[in-house]
Formats: sequence, C-alpha cells, structure tokens
Amino acid sequence: MSTGALSTAQPMAPVPLRVRSLRRESADTFTVSLDVSGRPGGFPFQPGQFNMLYALGVGEVPISISGDPGRPGELLHTIRVVGSVTEALRRVGRGGWMGVRGPYGRPWPLEEARGLDVVVVAGGLGLAPLRSVILHLLRHREAYGRVSLLVGARSPEGLLYRRELARWGKDPRLKVLITVDQAGPEWKEHVGVVPALLRDMALDASRTVALMCGPEVMMRFTVRELERLGVPDTRIHLSLERNMKCAVGFCGHCQLVPFFVCKDGPVLPYDRLRPFLHVREV
Amino acid sequence: MALALAPLEEHPFLRGLSPAQVKAIACEVREESFPAGALLLREGDEARTLFLLRTGRVSLELNIPGQGPRQLESLKGGDILGLSWLFPPYRWHLDARAVEPVEVFALDAACLRGPSPEHPVLEPALAMRLVRQLYERLERVRMQRLDLYKGGA
Repeated sequence: MSTGALSTAQPMAPVPLRVRSLRRESADTFTVSLDVSGRPGGFPFQPGQFNMLYALGVGEVPISISGDPGRPGELLHTIRVVGSVTEALRRVGRGGWMGVRGPYGRPWPLEEARGLDVVVVAGGLGLAPLRSVILHLLRHREAYGRVSLLVGARSPEGLLYRRELARWGKDPRLKVLITVDQAGPEWKEHVGVVPALLRDMALDASRTVALMCGPEVMMRFTVRELERLGVPDTRIHLSLERNMKCAVGFCGHCQLVPFFVCKDGPVLPYDRLRPFLHVREV
Repeated sequence: MALALAPLEEHPFLRGLSPAQVKAIACEVREESFPAGALLLREGDEARTLFLLRTGRVSLELNIPGQGPRQLESLKGGDILGLSWLFPPYRWHLDARAVEPVEVFALDAACLRGPSPEHPVLEPALAMRLVRQLYERLERVRMQRLDLYKGGA
C-alpha cells in the first residue's frame, strides 16, 4: 500500500530531496533529515512504511521512515552503513541531494490496536521503524491501554536514540525496558536477550498486541515467548526485511512464498507468516 | 506500607512442590539482603549456596584482565543464582553483584546435592528444575553468541 506522497504515475522515478541535517547515532549508524519544506503537506506517511533512498549514481536501498507521523514536515531515516550504497548515503553531506521514492509498504496496525495494551519489541536497528510507532502512541496516548517498549542492542554504545530512550524511560505513560548483550560495570539496565525481558511484564494476553522489528532470529524467539504467555498469533505483528528492489511488487526480489514483502509487508501478522518463517531456503 | 515478600514455597523455582519436598530441598535456609553494589558471590570462593532471588536485580560479571568487569547477564526476582555447588571443585565461576537492593533465600547446598545419610540423592524434582533453568540459560547464551544486532541495513 502506498499513500502516494510521491509520484505514483512514475513509481520507479526518485524525487530529489536536499539533506537538511545528518546526526550520528552510533559508530556505524546515522539519521538523515530530508528537506520537504517545498512540498505542500510535507511528506505524509504511516508508521512502518519505508522509502527507497537513492545515492546518486551508486544505487538504491529500502530504508524505514523513522520520523514522527504527526509531523509530516520532517522526513527522517535512520541508516546503518553496511555496504556501498549506505556508505554513499552517509557521504552525502548537509545540503547534498538524495533521491526518494515512497512511501511504500503496509504499516503497523495501529487502528486495530486501539483500546488494547501495546508491547513494542525492537532489536538493534529495528528500533528505527518503531520510533514512529512510539511517537504515534504518545501523541494518541488516551486511545491505547498500557504501552511498553522493549529494546535490545549489542552494547550500550550500539543503542539508537539514546537521549530519547532516556526521556521515554522517565515518561510515566510508557514502560521502557532495555537490554544489551554485554556491558561494562557502569551499565545499570538489563544484560541479556530481548525475550527474557518479557518475563518482567505482567502481560494481559487477552488484550495485548505486539509489534516487533529486529533480527529475524530474535523475533522468532520473542514470538515463542509471547505465545507461551498466551498472546494470540493474530495480534503479533512483525516487520520483515528482504531484498527489496522495486518496492512496488514488480520485480519479485523480496518474495517470501505468497508475499511480496515490499507490497504485502513489511509488516505482517504472525498467523500469516508462521508457515514460512521456519522454512529454510524460501 | 511495604508489601510482604512471598514465602519460600511460593518462589517460582519451588512452586508446585509438596511441603515435604520443599523441606528436603531447603533444610537450611536463610533470608538475606544485599545493598546495591554488593557481591553475592565472588569468582574463586567456595560455592555452597543456591540463591533464590526474591526481589531486585543481580548482574553476572566476569573480570577480564586489562578490561575490568564485563556484565554477562541480568537475573532478577524469581530467578535462581549460583549452580557451581553442583560439581567439584565447588568454586564460583563468576561474580554476581546486586545492581539494586536484593532480597534472597539462601539455601545450603549441603542439603541439595547429597549424598548424605539424610539426603542420599539429589531430589528428582529439584534435578528437573535445575535442568530446566540450565537449558533456558543455554538458549539465552546461544542467542547472545549469535551477535544478532551486528548487521542489517
């Protein structure tokens, strides 16, 4: 699904947008703000959607939108440098240009979640597409039950949005639990894996919806813990990452058996994903 | 008014056992408190206690020469701490430090491991509970070893 903020007549044509600012999040990750001030209405999107970002002359990659859906005048993407395209995107300095296509993809089911408790589970860079969820939930806080954010990272230094996490941790409207794989003695939060954090939650499984993004192995183990706690698989939603190239369901690079992850996802409910997540070589 | 802490038989590790089984497992039990920063156990010391954590959080640490202590895992109320009393040479392999004030039941390992005239074998119900704890911990360690958050775009 696309809201068609950019051209739907030419879905493969990127629109150039100027880089307003770049902020370093960790050693290999940065957040870029793109200037959409010249566009009437800014850049509306729904939490969970992504854009194709084009480093001019180098290539295109799918990147989740990590900004506030209530502020369409600001377009943010958090990018980890893992290859030549993302490295080229990092080299685009303030005032430079990036090509943008989107927004694409099925968003998080935040309307369905109204009135329910929401558990948001993020691993590593998976916090980026969930940041927009947290901002949405805080903006519409009265519409939801208890809201919890569980975050896992490799180390304290690898955490995204550290200042914001600290602020959210003090916000009484939100329960925040953070864990890292390893830490020095100065770290006062949890050490261990994300699924273990669920043992700290007094979940009411009958009224809980879980939204999850992170490494697929982490999500598989977390789903197992949620199922053990009784959360129905229709209310467990995962954001998947696959080899998305066209982003509009033409090329098939991101196909996961019956799904094109770019078009049918990236957010999918676990009851539909279950048969395919444990199948090798799909 | 402070909430009363749950009694020994309601600790998750022992829940569901008969009074006789609890009595056999916990023939010597102390209630102990540790302030934030205190060590509950120290690498190399004699291991003779199974801690049942009631409240608070404990960090398992390993001191790495030249790097200092590294936190490996957090344990919290409802978890158990300390299994090195099971096998010779009965020495702790890690440090365990209270991250916040901690309340525990401290069970004397002499009651747990046998053999002795009073406790000729490890209680089967205890053995199964320990195996389950070890298996769950093994799964968590495997996940940590995968270094899941390293890659990704």
